[in-house]
Amino acid sequence: MDFELRYSQYNERSILIEWPSIIDENILNDVLRFKALIETNTVKVLVNVISSYNSLLVVYGSAIDNVNDSVLSLKNWYTNEDNSAALSSRLFEIPVCYEEEFAVDLAAYAKAVSRSKDAIINLHSSVIYKVYFIGFLPGFLYLGGLPKSLHLDRKNTPDLNIKKGAVGIGGKQTGIYPQDSPGGWHIIGSSPVEFFLPQETPPCFIKAGDRVRFKVISKSEYFELKKRYANASMNPEQFLCHD
Amino acid sequence: MIKILKSGFYTSVQDQGRLGFAQYGVPSSGVMDQYASKFANQLLGNAKDAAVLEMTMIGAELQFLTATRIAIAGADMGATINGKAVAMFKSIKIHKNDILSFRQAKDGFRTYVAVRGGILAPQVLGSRSMLKGLTDDFKLNTGEQLHIENELTLKSAKYARLKFNGSYLQTKTLDVFKGPEFEKLTPSQVDELLQSDYQVSKFNSRMAYQLQPLIQNDLKPILTGPVLPGTVQFTPLGQLVVLMRDCQTTGGYPRVLQLTEKAIHILSQKTTADDLMFRLVAF
Repeated sequence: MDFELRYSQYNERSILIEWPSIIDENILNDVLRFKALIETNTVKVLVNVISSYNSLLVVYGSAIDNVNDSVLSLKNWYTNEDNSAALSSRLFEIPVCYEEEFAVDLAAYAKAVSRSKDAIINLHSSVIYKVYFIGFLPGFLYLGGLPKSLHLDRKNTPDLNIKKGAVGIGGKQTGIYPQDSPGGWHIIGSSPVEFFLPQETPPCFIKAGDRVRFKVISKSEYFELKKRYANASMNPEQFLCHD
Repeated sequence: MIKILKSGFYTSVQDQGRLGFAQYGVPSSGVMDQYASKFANQLLGNAKDAAVLEMTMIGAELQFLTATRIAIAGADMGATINGKAVAMFKSIKIHKNDILSFRQAKDGFRTYVAVRGGILAPQVLGSRSMLKGLTDDFKLNTGEQLHIENELTLKSAKYARLKFNGSYLQTKTLDVFKGPEFEKLTPSQVDELLQSDYQVSKFNSRMAYQLQPLIQNDLKPILTGPVLPGTVQFTPLGQLVVLMRDCQTTGGYPRVLQLTEKAIHILSQKTTADDLMFRLVAF
């Protein structure tokens, strides 16, 4: 893959690398491939490599002496043909309860997108979403691939307290709130799964590049799973699909 | 052990922050003013990443249940030990049951107390920095106790002779680099952005500082991208939002400027209604 990349110094210790400004799975794969190369090849201490839809922010542990040298090494790694290792993309099936108790915005949302509640639930749980990156909150997955008929701009005024586990729709994206938080997305369900466990390594069992599908569960199943995940350590393997 | 007799306005344990977890959406956190906190640690011969107390606006009252050494740096909060004034910016001996008290901050907004060997608060993801939603609490409460190293078990440290350069506490100028979306500004917007006098709004916290007045602009939101502490976001309403240590890892507002490391220390010592201006610098 060869995109026209833009390199710029971001602060004393960081370099920003930007791809064309669109949401695209090929760009994502290229971003993640380059991220892995940077993590493997960098000799200096690396603090963070933050990825998003179309960019990487490389944060070093100390100030950059010569930005041209740093950019040159990055460019060489990017263009080297030997460095085109395939990326893994695991598929996870995540239980979600779409019943009224959790789907606090579903009625209003259904009206706004002119679909029945059942049609929305069927559609939302029928497609496979791509995890573009994790941001906003620890463990908040930015999921791409929401069917067009479900797109709806986020609310003008954010809700002050969206509950942990809430499954929402914001613009072209869908996602799950990993903790209580303010937010402007339309809430159509809730998942009992823990998406961020600080005592685990890594703290998120899903990573950028993986895929997610939602599985409809009943309210009783939700409470049963919620109790089970709280009492025993949750084994993320159970959500893995072997496709 | 240290007992918190009064927690002050907002006192928390902070170190150099959580490194390496931004890809999971975890804020870096850590001390707001790294210059002052590093200085206090250096005076005691502590490791650079030793955890310190960060006090905000109104300081705490602490009782030491263990003899140790401490150092205080940052804003002047009128520190006293058992009621007697005590010097900042030097290593101070603390006896068992000594009471260290602080008042309101003068010439700055945040004050750091370093303790020999560091504050031994629990580590979460490799850091003792307190953060809402991640650690048990995000600030210290009255009555709480904190573990510290027992002075007797510590090897003697070389107490560094260092001079604290406090001139940054008075500085109103924040040095900034061009941010990734700077080029999207028109020449007149650039002029207005760089020549305006700003004040810190009442919305200032460890997460972000909002500035006033609003600056009109017509920049479009960007595809959500990475941000760092010191990133200056420009909202459609014209609000300039300077992200600080507890900020999110990604954001969708145009990133027009980026504070230098030193400018982050300077801003950390500012509070509501303080005057500010930007000065563009090159790398």
